[in-house]
Amino acid sequence: MAITLKNVMISNGKRVDIRTENGAIAEIGSISEKGIDCSGLVALAGFVDPHTHLRQPGFESSETVMSGTRTAAKGGYVAVTAMANTNPVADTAAIVEEVMALGEASRYAFVQPIGAVTKGLGGSQLSDLAGMHNSNAQVRVFSDDGLCVFDDDLMKEALEKVLPFDGVIAQHAQDPTKTVGSQMNDGALSVELGLTGWPTVAEESIIKRDAELALETGSRLHVCHVTTGGGVEIIRWAKKQGARITAEVTPHHLLLNQELVRGYDPVYKVNPPLRTEGDAAALLEGLLDGTIDMLGTDHAPHSAEKKDCEWENAAFGMIGLESAASVLHQVLVASGAGDWELFEKIISTNAAKMLGLQNYGAIKVGERANMTLFNPDEHLQGNEPSVSKSSNSPYFPLTLKGRVQHTMRDGYFTMFDQVLEEFND
Amino acid sequence: MKHLLSIRDLSQLEATSLLASANEMSAVNRRALKTLPTLRGKTVVNLFYENSTRTRISFEISAKRLGADVINVSSEVSSASKGESLRDTAQTLEALGADAIVLRHPMSGAAHAMATRNWISSSVINAGDGRHEHPTQALLDALTISRVFGSGFDFKGIKVLIVGDLYHSRVARSNFLLLNLLGAKVIATGPRQLVPQGFDQMGVEIYDSFDEALSEQPDVVMMLRVQKERMQADLAFSTSDYQSDWSLNEERLRQLKSECAIMHPGPMNRGLEISNSAADDPRSRVLDQVQNGLAVRMAVLHHLLGGQS
Repeated sequence: MAITLKNVMISNGKRVDIRTENGAIAEIGSISEKGIDCSGLVALAGFVDPHTHLRQPGFESSETVMSGTRTAAKGGYVAVTAMANTNPVADTAAIVEEVMALGEASRYAFVQPIGAVTKGLGGSQLSDLAGMHNSNAQVRVFSDDGLCVFDDDLMKEALEKVLPFDGVIAQHAQDPTKTVGSQMNDGALSVELGLTGWPTVAEESIIKRDAELALETGSRLHVCHVTTGGGVEIIRWAKKQGARITAEVTPHHLLLNQELVRGYDPVYKVNPPLRTEGDAAALLEGLLDGTIDMLGTDHAPHSAEKKDCEWENAAFGMIGLESAASVLHQVLVASGAGDWELFEKIISTNAAKMLGLQNYGAIKVGERANMTLFNPDEHLQGNEPSVSKSSNSPYFPLTLKGRVQHTMRDGYFTMFDQVLEEFND
Repeated sequence: MKHLLSIRDLSQLEATSLLASANEMSAVNRRALKTLPTLRGKTVVNLFYENSTRTRISFEISAKRLGADVINVSSEVSSASKGESLRDTAQTLEALGADAIVLRHPMSGAAHAMATRNWISSSVINAGDGRHEHPTQALLDALTISRVFGSGFDFKGIKVLIVGDLYHSRVARSNFLLLNLLGAKVIATGPRQLVPQGFDQMGVEIYDSFDEALSEQPDVVMMLRVQKERMQADLAFSTSDYQSDWSLNEERLRQLKSECAIMHPGPMNRGLEISNSAADDPRSRVLDQVQNGLAVRMAVLHHLLGGQS
């Protein structure tokens, strides 16, 4: 099958035609044959999410690999990850292979399983990291996300264990001893609202320790969802020291801040919590100077029962796959802070590189045709019904600038003109 | 106005109008026949997930004086102990005819959840949510202060000192906001581990010691109850230390201005945060506070249910 995209802008600002054939990009340039008019759209390397909760196995009422990958395609993603905090926890070769197989059954997106660092996310005993790496799932990135690998020695051992195969430990940086019962960002607002605070130092102290361990071991560290200005500072320092460290920011920490907690609507309850406007500005600064490498949605679906209750009883997390590109566009490109080349790196190239995904992250002749066509002139209404099985989106009162028009995976559309394709196989 | 959830939501005009209406209700309370049946046919439910005899009774009498039917539901008898969600409880009470739910709940924000999540269309009155707010308490305190000083509801020039366990106190938080809204100067003090950073953002000046704060010659001293049941083990303090540093004892009583008002939201721990001599001093307004509580709660119920906007 061949498809020609006509008159589309690519990230360097050039207007081109792109022809795909047999799932790969065959030609970029001025192509005489007719095709799909893409004027007004920006063709970007298909989006890659380093941080997705697909909830399967165990929490299928919130999301499944199928519903999650459909949601991903709706948001322009061609590859997502499957975080390990499922039930059972993805801590053995058998389970990551099961998740891999679920992913292969979906045509909507590639699914890269993430393995748990510790058995059962218990934080006391390492999982069989090499075994998961050598499995069919070829796990390269490990994370206890949702929980922190807190023990110093265990974290060091994990970094050492993944060094031989150039693996990565992706850390959810949260000192559990400083965040007992935490509900929101710590500060004057948490004091006023009578909610237990989640202090920034609980994040920063772990990032600092991990950066030092990364320097000492020479291993690769990925910092999940950095949220604080101080955290950005530490990562900046660690990169200067030569640490092999990457970092991600979520769309919600870029766009939203803690003031939203005032109405006690648990749709804004997330871990790590929404911080201050100043923190959000520091995160954007970090993206602009390359301290933060990529966007991670931390798409965290929860069924309505877990959100439609008192704040303290509600679950942490928000969905984000469908809105991530619009949020990043609004904060980065529409604001004039950055350009499309940076946008593409943040939402695709750098995540593909960190995850070790060969076929993603660039629009280049000879590469697989994984592309997202973004429409900067249209808007995404935050209250549009979600494709996800859950509806805990924090953007429901907002109109976001720009939206994904088409998503192409391996040369076929998974979404065309904002409508998901249905596959009958 | 549909709900009363937080002083933060009130404009100065809304606050003074509630207080003015409470003043009128006080006149009703002084009559031989203490009723003003504007809420006849309405049903008010007191839904209390924490024990509070005085607040519950105050709301009950207030609602009855306005002619409403009152149902009391406490956590011991509600389905909460069987695991029913707040949403289901609220919807059940509304289905049974509740026009207003007066909610006391151990979690901050519970009243917001009940009022603003499209669960029900009844009015919700926050009668204390976790460590957050207790708005009718602040209103009754303001009414008390206004009567002591004959100041109307412009508190400019009045200095209020709030003393004690600020961390756990929803009374303190609502008072910080309302007193500032009315123009008072608000200062506060308490044991270091019970005074978190950040109260300055609510318009409060924090003093390190009770005695230093007293040297500011406050017009009102409001003693907070030591909430022993909320004290976590790691915040344990010795009773004798608390008495010497934070109690309104006889020695400190002597330092108060002759026209200073002594207030306490009750119930008092006599001998702990307040001495007998202070509680029973002619300047003590504790029982006035209780009486003004009726007037304020009548005014609030009337505002929310009586068709007045």
